[in-house]
Amino acid sequence: MKTVLLYLKKYSRKMSCGFFIKTVGTMAELMLPYILTHILTNVMGKSVNNIVFWGVLMLICSFISCALNIIANRMAALVSKNFAEDVRKDLFRKTLLLSAAQTDKFTIPSLESRITTDTYNVHHFINMIQRMGVRAPIMLIGGISITLFMDAALSLVMIAILPFIFTTVYFISKKGVPLYTKVQKSVDRMVRVVREDSQGIRVIKALSKTDYEQRRYDEVNRELVKNETTAGVIMGSVNPVMTMFMNIGSVAVIALSSGRVANGLSSPETVIAFMQYFTHISMSMMAVTRIFVMYTKCAASAKRIAEVLNTKEDIKVKSEKEYPDISKDFHIVFDKVTFSYNKKRNNLENISFKLKKGDSLGIIGATGSGKSTIIKHLMRFYDIDKGGIYINGEDIRTIEKNRLYTMFGSAQQYDFLYADTIEENIKFGRDISFEQIVKAAKTAQAHDFITSFSDGYNHLLSQHGTNISGGQKQRLLITRALAANPEILILDDSSSALDYKTDAALRAALNESAKNTTFITVAQRVSSVKDCNLILVMDNGKIIGCGTHESLLESCNEYREISDSQMGGAFVE
Amino acid sequence: MLNRPEKKKIDRKTARNILIRILGYVMKYWYLFIPSIVMTLFSNQLSLLGPKYSGEAIDAIANISGVDFTAVQKNIILMLICYIFSAVLSYLLAVLMIYISQKIVYTMRCQLFEKLLSLPVGYFDTHPTGDIISRISYDIDTLNSTLSHDLVQVMTSIYTVVGSLVFMWNISKPLILVFVITVPTAIIFTRYRSKKVRPLFRKRSRKLGELNGYAEEMLSGLRTIQAYSREEEIGNRFNKRNNDSMNAYYEADYYGGTMGPSVGFINNLSISLIMILGGILYMYSQNGTTPQGTLFFITLGGVAQFVQYSRKFAGPINEFANIITEFQSALSAAERIFKVLDEEPETEDSFGALKLEKTDGKVDFNNVVFGYSPDKTILHGISLTASPGKTIAIVGPTGAGKTTIINLLMRFYDVSDGSVTLDGNDIRNITRKSLRKTYTMVLQDTWLFCGTIYDNIAYGRENATFEEVKAAAKAAKIDSYIESLPDGYNTILTDDGINISKGQKQLITIARAMISNSQILILDEATSNVDSRTEIKIQEAMNELMKGRTCFIIAHRLSTIQNADKIIVLQNGKITESGNHDELMKKGGFYSTLYNSQFE
Repeated sequence: MKTVLLYLKKYSRKMSCGFFIKTVGTMAELMLPYILTHILTNVMGKSVNNIVFWGVLMLICSFISCALNIIANRMAALVSKNFAEDVRKDLFRKTLLLSAAQTDKFTIPSLESRITTDTYNVHHFINMIQRMGVRAPIMLIGGISITLFMDAALSLVMIAILPFIFTTVYFISKKGVPLYTKVQKSVDRMVRVVREDSQGIRVIKALSKTDYEQRRYDEVNRELVKNETTAGVIMGSVNPVMTMFMNIGSVAVIALSSGRVANGLSSPETVIAFMQYFTHISMSMMAVTRIFVMYTKCAASAKRIAEVLNTKEDIKVKSEKEYPDISKDFHIVFDKVTFSYNKKRNNLENISFKLKKGDSLGIIGATGSGKSTIIKHLMRFYDIDKGGIYINGEDIRTIEKNRLYTMFGSAQQYDFLYADTIEENIKFGRDISFEQIVKAAKTAQAHDFITSFSDGYNHLLSQHGTNISGGQKQRLLITRALAANPEILILDDSSSALDYKTDAALRAALNESAKNTTFITVAQRVSSVKDCNLILVMDNGKIIGCGTHESLLESCNEYREISDSQMGGAFVE
Repeated sequence: MLNRPEKKKIDRKTARNILIRILGYVMKYWYLFIPSIVMTLFSNQLSLLGPKYSGEAIDAIANISGVDFTAVQKNIILMLICYIFSAVLSYLLAVLMIYISQKIVYTMRCQLFEKLLSLPVGYFDTHPTGDIISRISYDIDTLNSTLSHDLVQVMTSIYTVVGSLVFMWNISKPLILVFVITVPTAIIFTRYRSKKVRPLFRKRSRKLGELNGYAEEMLSGLRTIQAYSREEEIGNRFNKRNNDSMNAYYEADYYGGTMGPSVGFINNLSISLIMILGGILYMYSQNGTTPQGTLFFITLGGVAQFVQYSRKFAGPINEFANIITEFQSALSAAERIFKVLDEEPETEDSFGALKLEKTDGKVDFNNVVFGYSPDKTILHGISLTASPGKTIAIVGPTGAGKTTIINLLMRFYDVSDGSVTLDGNDIRNITRKSLRKTYTMVLQDTWLFCGTIYDNIAYGRENATFEEVKAAAKAAKIDSYIESLPDGYNTILTDDGINISKGQKQLITIARAMISNSQILILDEATSNVDSRTEIKIQEAMNELMKGRTCFIIAHRLSTIQNADKIIVLQNGKITESGNHDELMKKGGFYSTLYNSQFE
């Protein structure tokens, strides 16, 4: 809650201004029962003019309170809107900066609901607290202090009720926070199923698994209903319990006053006036408890938001002292790199290689042998356990994130295309001229199919690019990687859906156009890597072969096997 | 960016229809709803009686001949009984309403989900996942809170309003005249306001849906955004939507926020008028101008009671203004929910559609013409025959329509012209479910859900035993990898599955296919992410899988294809070559060029 509340600091002036207006408005409102009792006890039955005078005064007060309340409400709406916008903005930014390991921990659907539902809950609360949070306490305190003047003894009876009310509300609300946290968790689970199924609808239909999915959904749906019901049933008791206490208070007041009136300590008029205030006070008590109930829901959400906002960056830029530079002779250097995801079994072991600027590297190997893991480390999605990775002689751990990432153009296995034009998907928010885009598209063999759409580069893709074929997607992703003329071009298994002809044309065009670019390709086809200056053959996280196509054919059994299996052996000279 | 055209305003008729539909859900639980109405009546009656007894108690205290203690005592006990029972009843009522609303919400979520699963696959291509999620979570939530809180409020309000009116009628009829002025003012004002505010609330829901859609889409591309260091730019774009959505929220709030204070003002107006009028009446009653028992007579306690009841009377009208605001957003939310529910599902199975029990696996395309949209035809008159147990390979440049053929086979879409038949039956005359059961499909887009690896493989067939799952994984050459994981088959796959590669995912989906026992197999780039050595290793299992089944294969790796019984070359939506490997090589057309290109 604290982390989130800090966002309000910026608006403290506006808020206090709103509070002030609201206070004045509430004061005017508080005048109403005062005037009312005045009329009832003093003015009544004396003169018509007097009655009309006080009546009109009541009207003026209610008008003032109405006008000021509207103004204050609007200010509250503005503050809470700006506040929620800020929180959501930072939350989204922070989410974008989370490392791979951190996103894995939070999971995407949960992050998503933090950005949407949780922020919404907090927004709602901040809005309401500004409206009711001032009015209710002022009405409460004002009401009580006026009654104290009227008849202190009667007032004390009422005050005696308050601790009961507050402790009950406090305990119930305290119980409420974990309940709402639980509700929010089941919402996450439900959203996850909907999300997965929206994305996998083809497979589900193809396997006729709709019944199964419905059962799976039903399970989370039931759980959600169960948790919501529990939370609702517990929190639902706040209001009746409160009302009952208040009403019992009013009974006590009457009981006590009968004795006091009989003894001449109080008058029936005072009792009547007292009851008027009593209604006001109990109404504001009601509002205070509503704030409590809302608070429980908000606190659960605020906690979830703060969890993300307070996540420390785990991939930090380190000092050069700690990770000193090496010579700049090579563009990319891997020096005895070792890494393990689960810190049990090594996913990369002792990986070393060197590339000069403009060189090309091919990585080949079985599924799960660690090919993509090398790429992920070159781009520092994870930090290595041992060894060092250097670009231009600098340890990548010392390179500022932005500078590091702009060195790369990469088309990876996580193909991400979004609902927008083709041009925008290639540009990806970077400052790239249309000529450059077309040039890149031509190299990536994408220009022809793009121009085959009647609206060309303005053709709209659907989300995840589901309205184009797999091969077309890959070529767009390669175009995106090429478009900014990166220092290092990485194609991680990104031509697998291309037919051989297109793939060959792509490779030829790449050789032609990107001479100064250091080029890394991860592939399963020998044909995709055979022209590289250096080829690594990976197995089980280790390099088992290293060299050119020709040298590997001689020295590396596995490479030869792969090559034979793909090229039909006999055909290779 | 995509600008959706502003939708038309909800007119009164649609609003009424939506309301009637919601009521339809409520009435399904009439057996809970009727007790809740009864409870509302009792609970309110009790709380209305409270002020009556307190008024009588005060009158007893104000008794000119000294305090009437027995009357006070009697009234105090009555008050206590009323208040305690009223509290118990109102809690029970709240619980009951939670049950009802949760039942409704449960049903709605189920229906919505069921509907989603019945929609054609194209729906998911055109509707952002985030927006769908926003409907099933946020919109239903909004409706839920209206149902569970506001519905009771409305019922309570109606009763309180009527009840207080009766009490006030008994105290003083002339004073009620005040409401002749104020109530219509309140009603006219609220109506006028809500007309203005309603479209703002719809905009608010829609903008929020868009924001959620964008958030979900971008988060799914988190890794790519980081790889290109685009956090700044994407963050800015998100902010634009964030800003839009928050402004829409603010606008609705801005106008919605005037409602409460204004109605409050109208109520205070009526109390002031009551005080003026009541004061004058009391004066004439006191000095004897109006004798007791006549129309204009009123006591001091009477005025006090009248004010108290007028508060009770006005309270709900005041709340009503807030509730109307809530109702506005609930209506917009309900509209978005119903919109999905009214979406055209995949066409119903035709009447008397065949339920396939067994199939030989003979598939025919007869002059099939198809386009996803009427103005762009993808397939121009495709005819082909797949005999039982034979393997048909489809090759062609990307975008030629290969995947479209699969979409038609599975009846994700219906042909525009011509027909697809299975064992001679037009597939449009076969129930979708039984038709799809005859296929097993492995796609390039691997889809795994969050669950254990075991569950993901067993997904291919219900009641698969652990041995069968393991055998399938072994055949797909993924068993040893799975066993190397700390949790083995119980490893839970998460969203991005960071430490599992695409190739491994594909092997899992192949294992999933191996476990199913359908007659027809569709492999759409099934091994595109698997390295060729592993592919050779699983080839044997694949051959086993393909044996006796009709197979459709789409692949670029021609080694997978050359053994096919028939190879079809698809170019620009037409079949340009067809025959087996040798025949096509001899022909020296597109296929042979393609084949030779892999050795270049």
